[in-house]
Amino acid sequence: MKTNLSRPVRIMAAISGLLLIPTVFLPLWRIDLMAPQYPEGLYMLIYASKLGGNVEIINGLNHYIGMRELHVDDFAEFKVLPYILGGFGLLGLVVAGINKKFLYNIYTFLFLAFCVLAMVDFYRWEYDYGHNLNPNAAIIVPGMAYQPPLIGSKQLLNFTAYSFPSVGGYFLTVAAVLLLAGVWINYRKNNKLSV
Amino acid sequence: MKNSFLYLSCILVFGVLATTGCKPKGTGSAVAGDAAQKAFVPPGKYDEYYNFVSGGFSGQLSVYGLPSGRLFRVIPVFSVDPEKGWGYSEESKPMLMTSGGFEPWDDLHHTELSQTNGEIDGRWVFGNANNTPRVARIDLKTFRTAEIIELPNSAGNHSSPFITENTEYVVAGTRFSVPPDFANGDVPISSYKENFKGTISFISVEKETGHMNIAFQLLLPGVNFDLSHAGKGKSHGWFFFSCYNSEQANSLLEVNASQRDKDFILAVNWKKAEEYLKAGKGEKKSVKYARNRWDEKAHTGVHEILNEVTVLDATVLQDICYLIPCPKSPHGCDVDPTGEYIVGSGKLAALIPVFSFTKLQKAIAAKDFDGAYEGIPVVKYESALHGEVKKPGLGPLHTEFDGKGNAYTSFFVSSEIVKWNIEKLEVVDRAPTYYSIGHLCIPGGDSKKPSAKYVIGYNKITKDRYLPTGPELAQSAQIYDISGDKMQLINDFPTIGEPHYAQAAPAELIMKNSLKIYKIEENTHPYVSKGEKESKVVREGNKVHVYMTAVRSHFAPDNIEGVKLGDEVYFHLTNLEQDWDVPHGFAVKGGNTAELLIMPGETQTLKWVPKKVGIYPIYCTDFCSALHQEMQGYVRVSPAGSNVPLTFSLGKNSDDPKANSPETPK
Repeated sequence: MKTNLSRPVRIMAAISGLLLIPTVFLPLWRIDLMAPQYPEGLYMLIYASKLGGNVEIINGLNHYIGMRELHVDDFAEFKVLPYILGGFGLLGLVVAGINKKFLYNIYTFLFLAFCVLAMVDFYRWEYDYGHNLNPNAAIIVPGMAYQPPLIGSKQLLNFTAYSFPSVGGYFLTVAAVLLLAGVWINYRKNNKLSV
Repeated sequence: MKNSFLYLSCILVFGVLATTGCKPKGTGSAVAGDAAQKAFVPPGKYDEYYNFVSGGFSGQLSVYGLPSGRLFRVIPVFSVDPEKGWGYSEESKPMLMTSGGFEPWDDLHHTELSQTNGEIDGRWVFGNANNTPRVARIDLKTFRTAEIIELPNSAGNHSSPFITENTEYVVAGTRFSVPPDFANGDVPISSYKENFKGTISFISVEKETGHMNIAFQLLLPGVNFDLSHAGKGKSHGWFFFSCYNSEQANSLLEVNASQRDKDFILAVNWKKAEEYLKAGKGEKKSVKYARNRWDEKAHTGVHEILNEVTVLDATVLQDICYLIPCPKSPHGCDVDPTGEYIVGSGKLAALIPVFSFTKLQKAIAAKDFDGAYEGIPVVKYESALHGEVKKPGLGPLHTEFDGKGNAYTSFFVSSEIVKWNIEKLEVVDRAPTYYSIGHLCIPGGDSKKPSAKYVIGYNKITKDRYLPTGPELAQSAQIYDISGDKMQLINDFPTIGEPHYAQAAPAELIMKNSLKIYKIEENTHPYVSKGEKESKVVREGNKVHVYMTAVRSHFAPDNIEGVKLGDEVYFHLTNLEQDWDVPHGFAVKGGNTAELLIMPGETQTLKWVPKKVGIYPIYCTDFCSALHQEMQGYVRVSPAGSNVPLTFSLGKNSDDPKANSPETPK
């Protein structure tokens, strides 16, 4: 059994690594809010290390429903994420360089696990902000929570919230798909050889 | 017999029908065809043009959309406006200061948009004060009055604020000649011919900032300067003013100033005046006039008194001014887009004279004069004349241009707009107005590049046009589509005040610069609070300064105690919002002043002198949010000499043990 990567898979690993490096600086996720009073729309961008967009205005609006204000310092994630993403990027290039199948598979597994964990973490925060509301809030709608959708759209009182990946998020997705495709190519080649 | 009776009655009935049929058609039938469709701007859609309309005796400037006629904003300029706190807030009071103190009212007659290369550039709009002579500059980023300059040696600034093609100068001319400020004014009125003088001011406009300065004044014979327009293109460097009362009457002008067959159009070679100025031929005169500028970062008007103006005596210094005879008390004085033709409109004339700039230059070079009037050469009428439009209508007033060789003149007496060909001097079309039109406006109609889709007439009389409102009726504007050969009335709407001159500009030229918020980090107001942590109450003798913030939906602080009778309380309100269209308002019970409207990032101050002991509510006057009605608070006023300590708080209710302790709110 060959332990080296085939040429296409090696290139895919390198591309994945190269795609991950700019995600340190690019917005990963975007939440848009549309309401009758905001025909121009409000939006928030989530980067690896910060929040962008109309965060101040969104905080101002959220105080009516008793949602905590969003502050970058409240999230430990913003301190480590840039290193994790950058690390995965470099590691991808290293894997392509060392050119070993088992390393490639471990790398893919780790990266996918990270992606799943990140989404779980994102969901956890959304749940936390959407549910843990100030009991003295001006507007309390019984049974109403304000958790934005993980992905997709959802009506929250007068706002429609849209949650979708941004440029960096798409880069991560492409990287994940490429890595998975590589695993599949590896697997097929192995089977062919053993038959 | 019976048959002939029947026959007769038939004739009678027919006759009655025929006569009633001959009665003039009602005004309702004036609108036809697809007019409604042309004027209709569906809800949520933008108009094509901004229309900046003078408010006349309201002293303000209104902004409408064309072709819908929707009113967007009334910009306070020369008159106080309690709705916006203009003239009431401590910051805006300096803007209405003059050499004679605070002026709460004036009469704004003409608007003029700034130009670059003879085209509207959308930066500023100027307005004139007809009573206490002043010129205002309104910034079109903020739609607010940015500067007001007073004019010494002047009375009744009517022929203003017309501009040169690169906004080098805004002019102002005296409508009432008076003894100059630097001379003794305590003279018999009957000594008019001896002591009364006319002046024309050239106000320079700084290219970047728009700051205005009186560059020089021309001293002229004592006549009434009425309207004006700058030369452009080939006639750039010249300015033309109509004047009446060349009889120099000082009483019953309607008769005594209408005696002469011709009055004048004054042609001013301002480049020549600049040369004299450079050569030091100007005389510095000691006068007193105000200049007030709005500081956009400090959100405050700064008032200053200036003491000197440079005067060039145009009756002594040669080659600055020439007079062109113009029939019967000329009013409008308009220059076509090429700069070649100058149209004078004698209010009482039965024709429209059109002068040629080229012929005027030739006549001046050949000294083709008909003597002089008080030291100023009078060019022979025929030598400067391009030709006359014969029998155009009754009472021509003003002319605008379409850039396609046509002129549109308003006729007050015959109540119509007449379109005529400038080259051929022939009437092409006429359309009635309802009623008694004064000024008219084509977007860019006095610039080098008119955008001739509409002509708007501004009417003095509306009588049966709208539902009656007692003896006092609205004035109106009427919009005609002029994209075809025939003028077509498509819309009309009542206006605020009395509209005189107006200008219009394509929407995209102005809307792209429109400011949304003031950045709070750029706020340099001395009493700003950039956050609730900075809010406080400070006593300085009997002055109590309240550094207060407003954010949806509370003031900080909102409970204040320790104010005493005899105190002057200054509420310095900072709107902490940084989002578009979230103003807050502020009012205090029995304030004896007005409200404040504070835009996001802005600081404004309301002075309040309480007159009685008690509890005074304060509240937000601009519906800011779902909890706007909760945006309120209280100020406690104690007797003079009371020992109630000065305290302030936010978010502490009376059962709170610390409620009375002075503490900065969070």
